[in-house]
Amino acid sequence: MSRWSPETRERARSILARYPEKRSAVMPLLYLAAAEEGYLTDEGMAEVAEWVGLTPAQVQSVASFYTMYKREPTGRYLVSCCTSISCMLLGADEVLAAVEDEAGVPAGETDEDGVITVEHVECIGACGGAPAVQVNYELIEGVTPDTARELVRWLRSAAPDSVRADEMQELFGTRRSFDWAIAEHAGAVGPYPAFEPYGTTDGHP
Amino acid sequence: MTTQLRVITRRMTEHPADSHTLARYEATGGYRQARRAVGMTRDELVELTKESGLLGRGGAAFPAGLKWSFLAPARPAYLVVNADESEPGTFKDRQLLERDPHQLVEGIIIAAVANEVHHAFVYVRGEYPKPARRLQRAVDEAYASGYLGEGIFGSDYDLEVTVHLGAGAYICGEETALINSLEGRRGEPRLKPPYFPAAKGLYMMPTIVNNVETISNLPHILEMGPDAYKALGHEEDTGSFLFSISGHVNRPGNYELPHGLTWRELIFEVAGGIRDGHELKTWIPGGASAPWFVPGDHLDLPITKNDTGKAGSMLGSGAVVVMDETTCVVRAAERIVRFFAHESCGQCTPCREGTTWLEMILRRIESGAGREVDVDLLLEVGGNISVGLAWPPRMTTICPLGPSAVSPIISITKYFKDELLAHIHGGGCPFEGGER
Repeated sequence: MSRWSPETRERARSILARYPEKRSAVMPLLYLAAAEEGYLTDEGMAEVAEWVGLTPAQVQSVASFYTMYKREPTGRYLVSCCTSISCMLLGADEVLAAVEDEAGVPAGETDEDGVITVEHVECIGACGGAPAVQVNYELIEGVTPDTARELVRWLRSAAPDSVRADEMQELFGTRRSFDWAIAEHAGAVGPYPAFEPYGTTDGHP
Repeated sequence: MTTQLRVITRRMTEHPADSHTLARYEATGGYRQARRAVGMTRDELVELTKESGLLGRGGAAFPAGLKWSFLAPARPAYLVVNADESEPGTFKDRQLLERDPHQLVEGIIIAAVANEVHHAFVYVRGEYPKPARRLQRAVDEAYASGYLGEGIFGSDYDLEVTVHLGAGAYICGEETALINSLEGRRGEPRLKPPYFPAAKGLYMMPTIVNNVETISNLPHILEMGPDAYKALGHEEDTGSFLFSISGHVNRPGNYELPHGLTWRELIFEVAGGIRDGHELKTWIPGGASAPWFVPGDHLDLPITKNDTGKAGSMLGSGAVVVMDETTCVVRAAERIVRFFAHESCGQCTPCREGTTWLEMILRRIESGAGREVDVDLLLEVGGNISVGLAWPPRMTTICPLGPSAVSPIISITKYFKDELLAHIHGGGCPFEGGER
């Protein structure tokens, strides 16, 4: 019996319809499972296995290969600091240290209240606007140690229901890789990418 | 000489506010070439692409038309667009996806018709939700207009496009790993042969895998014709090329340029020179996988595929990472090696073990615990991943990820041995902010 709500099951069916073979739906269904429960539980992965006709072990084997499938609870806001070469050259290690200090936890851990998880990540394709940080995979470019601290404080105090790249860029970012040109109103509601149907979006300009 | 080209970046430059919308795309000539392509044969389209000399823009610079001609006869065939842009220093596909997604959709239609494909996939890296949203929006608009779906442009040609999100694995940029991932498996590269997914790819059927920038060029090749397209470029490097410039330059960013400029022109004119009056120390000419260049040997070299290859490196995905004299090369090399160690899929022992050892040795040197034998040890471990430390690498692994981690080792031992030894003899990093 499915643990998922009727809406989620409907989404799962629409995901499956996009692929010629069921197994190809494993990755989007894993995001759907994460969105349903906040992270990937054993039960969530077993549910995915049923949808695509694999064993739970096969699905776990796939999930464990990819860094964005979180198999433990994370905070409401996943703050990912890029420390790859281009960001490192422009102060990413100092930005990460500021985020860790302000959040009060080292990279890889979640604060006591379950609000912020800090992680350092490899290149996120924002090298022209280095150093870069993502919150629930929504991007901010040109972050400084000071604005990184402000970002953490803002996430705690404002506690936004969804985080929007454009808003955070305006508040905490500086130099960008290229002109973003137009504001987008879509936002992420949890620590998984905001992409329909398993993340959320609330409008395309 | 350093005037930027405006081909695949024209619309986003001239119409920044709405270059991503269908209305703007069509008002600026969009979808005319896809409409034309639907009436053309596979042979015509493959021949035209061959004539244009279009080289793949994902890093390997393989001739696109030739790749298409390898497509095996079995059907269904698939097209997979590689938007898993993850090579450190590279951020061009992100701009193409966000700022001109219809250009990519039109290119997909052309490539699909050329390869008798009725289902195309775009594999977008998981960390690019915004580019994926923009692309999905463009795909939705194209469906609503009858440019995708059943009977596109009123013809009897059907074409489905699925946007697929990755989940954080650089290795999925390798085309056979990407195919495994798209099949719902771990993103591990497949054993070769078959060497080309065009023989056996997605679901073991003939599959063409092309990069976002490669596909984005197709509408322009059809529009201007192969000869005019070739004339934009420089000798064998036809058309334009998107360079992603990052690091210690005054004006980082993506620049659409012809090949054939010198590195001096690219770094000091196009990218505005080195920040705050600092000096150029070294640069990576083509992504983290590429061996580095230094001012004394390479600044006046023309930027072409062949000249860069002959000098022992590659243009790769066009990512130029510039470092000034304040950069500790041990720390920079460690950061790149760490990337490959983190992203190794773990199938091949030389890569899985070797990259991790290289990272640990570099960290030891940076922290001040390095020994003189560590310089030779770096080269020995590197040689076990990439035999003879040759360029291009002689592989011991299924895919080129392992040998890529050796590039910074070759670079720092060749050009910066004194700096390595200074770390070892001086008990740590001599640079401000370094470890001691």
